[in-house]
Amino acid sequence: MKQKLLTAVTAAVMAAGPALAELKIVDTSYRTGPYAANGIPFSDGYQDYFTLLNERDGGIGGEMINLVECETGYNTEKGVECYEGTKGDDSLVYQPLSTGITYQLIPKASADGIPLHTMGYGRTSAKNGSVFKWVFNYPANYWDGASHAVTHILNQNDGDIGDKTIALVYHNSAYGKEPIRTLEKLSEKHGYDLTLLPVDHPGQEQKSQWLQIRREKPDYVIMWGWGVMNQVAIQEAVNIRFPMENFIGIWWSGSENDVKAAGERADGYKALTFHNLGRDYPVYDDIQEYVVDAGLAAGAGDQIGSVLYNRGMYAAMLAAEAVKTAQEMHGVAAITPEQMRDGMENLEITEEKMAAIGLPNFGPEFTVTCENHGGNGLGAVSQWDAEAGKFELITDYYQSDQEIIQELVKEDSMSFAEENDIELRCD
Amino acid sequence: MFYREAGDFKTSYEADNQTFPIKFDRYRYYAVLVIAFAMVPFVINDYWVNAVFLPFLIYSIAAIGLNILVGYCGQVSLGTGGFMAVGAYACYKFMTGLDIWLMQDGEWVRYALPEINIFFSVILAGLVTSVVGVLFGLPSLRIKGFYLAVATLAAQFFLVWLFNKWSWTYNYSASGQISAPERTIMGVPVTGAETAPWAAYLFCLVFLTLSALIARNLTRGMAGRKWMAIRDMDIAAEIIGVNPLKAKLSAFAVSSFFVGIAGALFFAVYLGAVEVGEAFGINKSFLVLFMVIIGGLGSIFGSFAGAAFLVLLPVLLKNTLVGGLGWPTDLAAHLEFIIVGGLIVTFLVAEPHGLAQLWRVTKEKLRLWPFPH
Repeated sequence: MKQKLLTAVTAAVMAAGPALAELKIVDTSYRTGPYAANGIPFSDGYQDYFTLLNERDGGIGGEMINLVECETGYNTEKGVECYEGTKGDDSLVYQPLSTGITYQLIPKASADGIPLHTMGYGRTSAKNGSVFKWVFNYPANYWDGASHAVTHILNQNDGDIGDKTIALVYHNSAYGKEPIRTLEKLSEKHGYDLTLLPVDHPGQEQKSQWLQIRREKPDYVIMWGWGVMNQVAIQEAVNIRFPMENFIGIWWSGSENDVKAAGERADGYKALTFHNLGRDYPVYDDIQEYVVDAGLAAGAGDQIGSVLYNRGMYAAMLAAEAVKTAQEMHGVAAITPEQMRDGMENLEITEEKMAAIGLPNFGPEFTVTCENHGGNGLGAVSQWDAEAGKFELITDYYQSDQEIIQELVKEDSMSFAEENDIELRCD
Repeated sequence: MFYREAGDFKTSYEADNQTFPIKFDRYRYYAVLVIAFAMVPFVINDYWVNAVFLPFLIYSIAAIGLNILVGYCGQVSLGTGGFMAVGAYACYKFMTGLDIWLMQDGEWVRYALPEINIFFSVILAGLVTSVVGVLFGLPSLRIKGFYLAVATLAAQFFLVWLFNKWSWTYNYSASGQISAPERTIMGVPVTGAETAPWAAYLFCLVFLTLSALIARNLTRGMAGRKWMAIRDMDIAAEIIGVNPLKAKLSAFAVSSFFVGIAGALFFAVYLGAVEVGEAFGINKSFLVLFMVIIGGLGSIFGSFAGAAFLVLLPVLLKNTLVGGLGWPTDLAAHLEFIIVGGLIVTFLVAEPHGLAQLWRVTKEKLRLWPFPH
């Protein structure tokens, strides 16, 4: 009996070995736990786009994509297990969608020679490509986001916020702490008062933080939340009747799942974004035709066109474009992780390219270089329209305060280089 | 047939009192040691080390530590996660050079100790944790049972809060994370990204072996008997001359020492970078407590069995369901909870004293087999 069971298990594990991978992409997703509400749409978008490429174009450059999913539950231990379990067979790129897991993977992936794309999250100073060879965080990062929020507030007050107070409600983790230094620097520059209100994982308990907001009445609240924390915060803001148009979330705090629970009174809530919203793009017709109608949609297939689905799809699109760039550079279809990295480092996203893909005017144009792995730092503000049930862009894309951010990036990345004896590249 | 003392004569008191008095058992123990030290390091790869062996070894140390407190001394603790955090942060401070700030002429001046070798950093981390453990163990002199559990729960929350708040503990890094730089032992890296799988494995295995040996010998000696006397009935123990102050606090100290070592290894060798709320939250306290309860209270072997059960089973299930059967990952993740939960209940119904008791009963039966009468 035991022997049989063992054989069965061994056979099962052996069978698990993938059919020789062509272009292996790993999706470290989380469809369970307190962050699932945000993890599911992102992962659906990420997978559907690759499925579309496989079904419509026969992969990228003639090579099929082998998409492997691994459930992390937003948990770092499981994230490490996923990474170790899937990194073989030339995995091309990792998109962990977790700042905590990113911090774990930066040294590991750098040692293994596998590129990481931490789109709009992770370690901000990875923007400095001369220190972080294997890590990319284009098109925008947390410090850009902090600056976008402050600039938006500046624009609303005709450039003078010296007498304003801003409260930052943040997830008490590496993720939530990222913007603090930038906001402090910007407060020196613009003269506003900054209050810090940490919320502990997973973020269901925020009564005291919002009580403090109610008492101190800050003019603006900026939020760095994720998962269930977003829904709770927006509900609490509604409860204390905080003016929603003065409540600005980072791009990870601005999906339909976050605001819907609070009902109509969440109307006017703002969130940053670095790509466009909605599903009025030609690519969605293809997704409908080749993926959804063919019954191949990832997950329940009910997230298509939502903010985070778009973001996941955008991430997949950027990965696919990097693959194409790498294929052109090296003249081979079946690229290695090393070549993928070259593709990412020479990635150029132009309006023509996006229009050709079927995503015209979807995101800002940017170019990745050896020194700059983080794009140009363009972002926009979106606002929730409760009646229409969707987020809509209310500003154009604008650039973050590069003066301050470049300085911070340099400082932080150099101290990382020093700690880890990294030789600078790109000279 | 097996496990029979027939023909296995002892001529000295020591020989009769050894941990494995039966020859078969002893040889099995030696065999396990040989395999673990001399064979496994040659065959393991990154996946086996990082997904299976390191968590198993490290959680075993933590479970041994907690077992001393809960299983042997009867003091319920929910502060394990917090104590592991103390170990991790202490180890981080020692391995990166502990800095001390002194006020001189009105300004703060930084003095730093040299970086301490990782092996000794881990041990020092254990010592620091045992001091903290004793501090939080003081209430145990007055409160018992569930009330003590609540007091240690306070330790859990306080310590996590402290390591979030006090930026000195994470060297003022912007993200509040601590990450282990590369450290070597005799030129071989054991922390950092360049660590070879066998080096990380052996490093933790050495600590586990030492911990188990120390714990085993403490628990069957004078100290262990005192702890067990306190556990069984503290008033009676006091009457026969056991000092409850010393017994309880020494249990807290020894237990926290091991838990601290586990925390240090968890951070430095296994994960490489941690943030306190995520890695050492209340879930960790419960996980280790469950390991001890499922494995068997008051048994060193039980600590191993409990750690193996709760670390290996989810990985095995995941590989079978997702890898083998190709199920969707979310379905598998939910089923994993159901199956592990169900098995815990089943095992505890079948044997309320844990896997260690199950093993003991099996041994009894094997001893009589094939003639049970």
